[in-house]
Amino acid sequence: MSEPTAASVSETQASVTDNTPVIPAIELRNITKTFGDVVANSGINLSVYRGEILSILGENGSGKTTLMNMISGIYYPDNGHILINGEEVMIRSPKDAFRYRIGMIHQHFKLIDVFTATENIVLGLNDGKYDLDAYEKRVREICDRYGFLLDPRKKIYDMSVSEKQTVEIIKVLFRGADILILDEPTAVLTPQETTRLFDVLRNMKKDGKSIIIITHKLHEVLSLSDRVSVLCKGRYIGTVKTAETNESQLTEMMVGEKVDLNIHRSEPVNTEVRLKVEGLNCKNPDGIPVLKDVSFEAKCGEILGIAGIAGSGQRELLEAIAGLQKLDSGAITYIHPDDGGTEDLRNKSPKQIRELGVRLSFVPEDRLGMGLVGNMGIIDNMMLRSYRKGHGLFLNRSTPSSLAEQIISELQVVTPNAKTPVRRLSGGNVQKVLVGREIAAAPTVLMAAYPVRGLDINSSYLIYNLLNEQKEKGVSVIFVGEDLDVLIELCDRIMVLSSGQVSGIVDPKATPTRANTMKEEIGLLMTSKVANPSENHKEEQHG
Amino acid sequence: MASELKANKVHEPLFHLAKRDNMPRHKALLIRIASIAVGFVFICVFAFLIVGWNPADILSTMLDGSFGTPNRRWDLFEKTAILLCISVAVTPAFRMRFWNIGAEGQTLISCLAAASCMKLIGTRVPNPLLLLIMLGAAVLAGAIWAVIPAIFKAFWNTNETLFTLMMNYVATQVTSYFVYIWSVPRGSGHVGVINSDSRAGWIVSGQYPYLLNILIVIVMTITTYIYLNYCKQGYEISVVGESENTARYIGINVKIVIIRTMLISGALCGLAGFLIVAGADHTIIANSVGGQGFTAIMVSWLGKFNPLIMSFFAFLLSFLGKGAKEITTLTGLDSAFADIITGFVIFCIIGCEFFIHYSIRFRRKEDKA
Repeated sequence: MSEPTAASVSETQASVTDNTPVIPAIELRNITKTFGDVVANSGINLSVYRGEILSILGENGSGKTTLMNMISGIYYPDNGHILINGEEVMIRSPKDAFRYRIGMIHQHFKLIDVFTATENIVLGLNDGKYDLDAYEKRVREICDRYGFLLDPRKKIYDMSVSEKQTVEIIKVLFRGADILILDEPTAVLTPQETTRLFDVLRNMKKDGKSIIIITHKLHEVLSLSDRVSVLCKGRYIGTVKTAETNESQLTEMMVGEKVDLNIHRSEPVNTEVRLKVEGLNCKNPDGIPVLKDVSFEAKCGEILGIAGIAGSGQRELLEAIAGLQKLDSGAITYIHPDDGGTEDLRNKSPKQIRELGVRLSFVPEDRLGMGLVGNMGIIDNMMLRSYRKGHGLFLNRSTPSSLAEQIISELQVVTPNAKTPVRRLSGGNVQKVLVGREIAAAPTVLMAAYPVRGLDINSSYLIYNLLNEQKEKGVSVIFVGEDLDVLIELCDRIMVLSSGQVSGIVDPKATPTRANTMKEEIGLLMTSKVANPSENHKEEQHG
Repeated sequence: MASELKANKVHEPLFHLAKRDNMPRHKALLIRIASIAVGFVFICVFAFLIVGWNPADILSTMLDGSFGTPNRRWDLFEKTAILLCISVAVTPAFRMRFWNIGAEGQTLISCLAAASCMKLIGTRVPNPLLLLIMLGAAVLAGAIWAVIPAIFKAFWNTNETLFTLMMNYVATQVTSYFVYIWSVPRGSGHVGVINSDSRAGWIVSGQYPYLLNILIVIVMTITTYIYLNYCKQGYEISVVGESENTARYIGINVKIVIIRTMLISGALCGLAGFLIVAGADHTIIANSVGGQGFTAIMVSWLGKFNPLIMSFFAFLLSFLGKGAKEITTLTGLDSAFADIITGFVIFCIIGCEFFIHYSIRFRRKEDKA
């Protein structure tokens, strides 16, 4: 195996310099940034040329966003130099960054809902006149030039996530940005939308723009960028040409060790229906329906995946089952594993559900806002599930603290001690604490919403393994995910939600020929409007 | 554009702020102690400018005002006890992030309840029984005053801060009305010492004035500390305060916790009202609580909602109040002087938190090269 060493990495960089203009559009030299004792970036060197797409690859917490925030003027580096077109500059505020024609598209959009696209795009421009028609014309020009699909007069609240992202990108182009930084732009997009975004980015590249995209998705890096710079734990690992690398090499650079990227999936055994959901309907506090006639069955000994664009009703569905969401109609039936007796869980509180002897565990999406208490230590967080046990007024901290110690050692939670507030822990460790506690309750149904969001590769695989372990123990696992590759590899069945409706249930354990089109198929289901859900089910069974 | 770049290049920020998360405890404690010292330096400079005394005189006058005679000492401890009692009373609600700023009214209405029992029942029952009736009435009045906003918050999510504040004004008006009715001569605004002959409804601590008051508050402080940190209900309060979603997720009935906690909070304010009337004032005026219901909010925050730490701050604030009062008496200044002096110390204590959470870094010379 010819794995490139540090020496060959620098060669790669030199060779790039040969066949592109000598002066990079932006160059970072020895950038360092610390927060207290935490070194977010140490000695980072990077350069991006005109007409080039550079990926910054690294796990969560590796310092990608911090680095980009320094280029866009949100943070100021402790040490090091930033050069633009060969000249050293000081970027002290986002305004400075705009002056140097740097535009950043953040992960969380900053748009005003009741304004149109054009109004948002020109917001804050101070050029003396306010001629919306002229602005609109320029917005259309930008759209045509790079192939954006956008109606400049559409209000933000009518837009899909990808349209909002388009507005953000045009906003920086409108201000004349030559260097664009995109922070995890595909996290919220469907596969089809991602493809379209990449086409647009390639058009911009042809136009001579420099594009930096922050990501942790390997296949995107490989399909889009010219070069990849890898960060690991705040350190700069190296830059490689995309054409000369592959997934396993990049993973190794990113993690620092070889990682097996295959998820083991065992055949489900002894499956029987554990949870039956029929015709669920519910509305959000604004009175807008968020779940429409949702029906499905979850079986023990299998992992049921739930796919869908963010906000398609995944959260409400799980919360409805957990007793946290009021239903308008529908039934949720739990079938006891021992005697086959049934319990109606509809509109019961979590406490009532537990008192029925239903061992339902739930790893919610909002870990620190719902699953855990951020300001409490691991011990007190363990107690959330068990503090009511026993009579008397006083808390029993001894059982939770031994459970805490057990989880810390078994799941290798990195923490100063069991009393450190969990909000101080890294995302992966927070999730280990939460999943550990939920599994310790010996569930018969385990629901997990986005359990690997924000986790590094090793922690993610630890979570997949824990879910698989539970499945093999005969637990009915419901897994809401966003990475379709993972859903397809891990789950036994995948249910797709689209605008609160079930648009289809697919079997990912299909033949290889079908596996290729699986992602495409799920992607289409994610955006499809369901005319007649029952028809869809039939179609599914034939497929 | 190139010229623009050059113009910008020279300016570097002189310093920048960086957040720090993990200052060792002893270091943080030292900074806090130092901040109090800085506060006293401010006091000395300010007092020097106003009255022209040297720092030694100022400090010794303040000490003398608080500790000079046995009576002053007892008075200081009694003031500390009442302030601490109200501070501890508001704490359960604060731990729940229920911003109850109505302790003033809750305490005042229980003062009124205690005083009316004292006046209307008087010697008709034995003194211990009267005291129990007064205590019960005060606790009940405080609890009712506190639970009304809690019910509205729990069921209709009204803003508790505005609601409890408004309840203060209601309490003041109700009390003023009764003070008017009971005052001799009617309308003079002076109820006078109630039962001054029979001493019915007075807490008498033998030769040590206020001893019983102080002991009751110590017991109550420790009990509340245990309740909040080692009881299931105290744990539920913390969970609801940190995140209502988490509370719902584990099946805590948030409405019940809000109402129950405010009942406790109001009842403890009731205890404070009882101690004020039966243990110290033996009368009632519309200003019986004297703003301590608001000072208590500050004490609770300064003590980080820990009743044990709060006892230190209650003492410090009472000391500052009494010490400053001594200076104003001797110099003929008005009471605003005392407020300013207290303000200096509180400003420093709160301001020092900035240095505990952030560090200031000056740009190093070598970077400029």
